[in-house]
Formats: sequence, structure tokens, C-alpha cells
Amino acid sequence: MRRIMVGVKRVVDYNVRIRVKPDNSGVVTEGVKMSINPFDEIALEEALRIKERGLADEVLAVSIGPADAQQQLRTALAMGADRAVLVQTDAVVAPLSVARIFHGLIEKEQPFLVLVGKQAIDDDNGQTAQMLAALWDRPQAVSCSKVEIGDGKATVTREVDAGLETLEVDLPAVLSVDLRLNEPRYVKLPDIMKAKKKPLDTLGLADFGVGDAPAFTAIKIEPPPQRQKGIMVKDVGELAEALKKKGLV
Amino acid sequence: MSSILIVAEHDGAKLNPSTAKCVTCAGKIPGAAIDILVLASDSSAVATQAAGIAGVGKVLAVDNPANAEPIAAVLAPQVAKLADGYSHVFGPSTTFGKDLMPRVAALLGVGQVSDIMAVEGAHRFRRPIYAGNAILTVEVPADAKVVATVRVASFEAAAGGGSAAVTRTDPGVPLPTHTRFVSRSGATTGRPDLQTASRVVAGGRALGSADGFKIIYSLADKLGAAVGASRAAVDAGYVPNDLQVGQTGKIIAPELYVAIGISGAIQHMTGIKDARTIVAINKDGEAPIFEAADIGLVGDLFAIVPELERLLG
Repeated sequence: MRRIMVGVKRVVDYNVRIRVKPDNSGVVTEGVKMSINPFDEIALEEALRIKERGLADEVLAVSIGPADAQQQLRTALAMGADRAVLVQTDAVVAPLSVARIFHGLIEKEQPFLVLVGKQAIDDDNGQTAQMLAALWDRPQAVSCSKVEIGDGKATVTREVDAGLETLEVDLPAVLSVDLRLNEPRYVKLPDIMKAKKKPLDTLGLADFGVGDAPAFTAIKIEPPPQRQKGIMVKDVGELAEALKKKGLV
Repeated sequence: MSSILIVAEHDGAKLNPSTAKCVTCAGKIPGAAIDILVLASDSSAVATQAAGIAGVGKVLAVDNPANAEPIAAVLAPQVAKLADGYSHVFGPSTTFGKDLMPRVAALLGVGQVSDIMAVEGAHRFRRPIYAGNAILTVEVPADAKVVATVRVASFEAAAGGGSAAVTRTDPGVPLPTHTRFVSRSGATTGRPDLQTASRVVAGGRALGSADGFKIIYSLADKLGAAVGASRAAVDAGYVPNDLQVGQTGKIIAPELYVAIGISGAIQHMTGIKDARTIVAINKDGEAPIFEAADIGLVGDLFAIVPELERLLG
């Protein structure tokens, strides 16, 4: 069985304007729309396309989070994943623990490819793929914008500060995906109905020997400092003057 | 006392300015001893530049043909080995450091603090979450090695004038061959680097085409500025991906940021909120960019931009 494992994190929807709680303990998530982390959605789409090209047999979607993360896994199944696993916990799981859990699942599932988003848009850590690749002692490619699966290896293009970098990696490997890799498909109603019958297994942190104590202590969460509103100039002459006066040109 | 190892970013010949910014960040930890690690195929030029950064105690240099390209899987075991005895290991939060440092942290069996924007103590840091819409203060356990990436837009580069000793070393660890460099493309424009430029001129979808973008390049060249773009302009194909400024592109902090025909979506503003002065030129007076701009001008950019270039001549 040629299997691809995909990480699917439940996060506050990217269209939601984030509000910090008045007691600085976190951000408001009650009554807020939750979705699949958009980068993970791209990872899932890529896995599905690889399968549709006949290069994989099964796409397994994995989430770590509260019971409600089943919603995101059902969405993943509706998009086309064959199977899902929820590692259920109400704790905030740090990236190294996520990597340990994924590593545990890999031993059982033996995927030839693991795809995840380059970062989750809530904690913005951007660590899981690299940590998993380290624990697994396998190649990593971060921020992929192009993935070509070959015989026992993959050629991947990564977005780097200098432009684009192409790597060849032996499989199995861990890839984290960037925005421009693909455009995820829309879910159709019949697929949502079909997804209800697909298998979704639930496991716990204890199945992986991972505790729920946080690695780091969150001291406080605050809103960012706001910029002061500046001045409006009425024409380009005034603009040039203002720039010169400020010593900026 | 804290002893901090900083992993140098370089292209084989030149040290990236992100390294000197990491030194400034590390220097905020009281009483810190700061060393720099250069991994290269031939480290001599880069190690000399690293040794010249003020505040650096020593430079560790590793020469190995396997280090010719910055492949995280190859560099990480060397960094993890040489991190022995250090309380902190820092790298820049550039695509280089973001790739490498979490792999180092996992090899060391510790978590990573991503994107340090402020130091509050040897184990306490502030970092942005939710695309900078919230700031988290986080504390690493006192007995854990601190592995972190440094948000380069938050720190000035440390000054030169230092004269640290360079020590050649060999970590003596096996290196994998499962990841191989093929090629790199882009960024030979002759213009300043977007990530580190002190002035940036950026254009949005209102430029209308790759051809329309020429006035942005022209003004940028007049100002000695780097060129940036909104995600909309990149997605429309006016400019290449590596010019994108914002949450999913580059996060920058120039002295001067000129946003031309950019409406100012949240994800774009995330990338420029640390700019010293933001100038906005847009035909829509209601555009959100004007909420954050220090100087705003409403009007037709195709008339304003060439005229501005002429007036600044």
C-alpha cells in the first residue's frame, strides 16, 4: 500500500479578525469559525493529486486536537482522503510532541510521503515538518511550491528568500507546503455525504507516550502595538517635500 | 551565565546581514557570551566577516564539501553536536533558519522558540502569533537548552570592528546523503535585497500589468530601494514570487516603505508594520493602507509616481 500521510490542524479561520482576551490568557475562540489550517489544506490537495495521478493508493489525514477536530477531518475526507485518525486532546500540543505523535503513527502506517502545511496560522511556529524529519531521520523540504514524485525519490522546488531552490530527496520524506503549490478543490455535497461513511479512528496522547504538559509556559498574550495614523498630503509636491523634510530621500 | 551559539547564514562568500541581527538579539541577554558557527565548504571568507562583528567571542568554522549548499538535514547534526556546552542556539528567522533550526531542536530533544521579536530574559521572549495580530510572551524551562529563530526585522545589525578568533573544528558526525541540492534561481537583479534594504518601493494590483510595474522599478532605482509587491500583484503575475511582502511573503522593516496601488490587506500589513515610515499612494481614499501610513496621498499613481521620481531627482 503506497500511503501518504497528511497533517490537518484545526485553527481559527483565516478570515476571522483575531481578538485577544482582556485577561491576556489567549485569543477569543468561542463562537469563532474554525477551519483546516489553509497550508494543510494545500498539503491535502497535493496528496490527492498525487493519488489521482496513480502514484499513491491511500491518503490518510491525521489531526491532533479536541473532539471537534473531527469536523476538519470530515472535511478532509469529503475532499477525498480515504481515512482519518484523530489523536484527541484538549491540551495545546507543542510541535515537538506533534512530531513524536506523527513519528509513532509512521511506524504503524509506513507512508512513503508525509505532507503538512509550512506553518499553522494560529501559533505560526513552522516546526512540525522539520522536527518530524529529524526524529524519523529522513529528508525534509520546507515551503514547497512544486512536487514531482519519481521512482524512490522526489524532486521538489522550495520558496526561499533568494528565489526558488530545487532539491532531490529520497523517499520516504517529509514535505511542508507553501501557498503557491496548488489551489485546493471545493467540497461537493455528495462528497460530504460519502465522507460520513469513511473510517475515522480516535486515539489518545497516551497511545504515543506523549504527555500533555506544555514544553514552554505561555506567560501572556497581548494585542500588538498600533501604528499612529499619519498625515495626508494633497499633491505630489507636498509628498516630495514631506519626504525631504523627514530626511528620507 | 548564558553562552549563545549563532548559526551563520551565508552564500559561501558573503555573510548574510541576518547573522549580525542575531548577534544583537543575543546581546540583549545579560552577560551572554556569543559565538558564531560557520558551516561551509570553504569557510575562510565568511568566518573572517563573522569575526568582525562586535560582541562576538569566537567563530567556530567547519569546512566540509558536504556544506557547500545549506541543506538542513546535513547541517543539523553538525549544529546539534557543536551546541554541546551552549545554553542557547540561535539562527535567523529567514528561510535558511526556518528550515534548519527546528531540525536542530528536535535532534537536541527540545522545543523551539520561533521568531523572537524581543528578549525579556535569558529564558523569556516575546514572539508574534496569529500573523502578528497577537504577541505571546513565552518562557522556556530554566534547565532546557534554548533553540530559537530570531525575527530579523526586529533587530538592527550589530556593528563591525570586532576581532574574534576563528577556530577550525570538525564535529565528526555522520552526514546523510538522502537530500541533494539541484539548483537555485532568482534574485540577480542588482537591486538591494528586499529583506534587508533600508528603502523599499512596492506595487500592488493597481499597476495593472508587468509593464505597468516599470514605474515601480524606476522609482526604486532612483531611491536606491529594493522592489516589493503585494500578494495580489504576485498572483496576477506582474512580478516573481520572491518580491512578495506580507504574512506569506517577506516580513520587512525598512526605514522607508512606499506602498503604491496597494490597498493594505491585513496579510500585507503584517509584513510591514515595523517599517519606520510608511508612505501610501492610492486612488481609493478609503483604502485600509491609509490607516497605517505616516504619509498618504490619494490620486492616480500613473501620474504621481513619475512626477515624484522627477521631483526627487
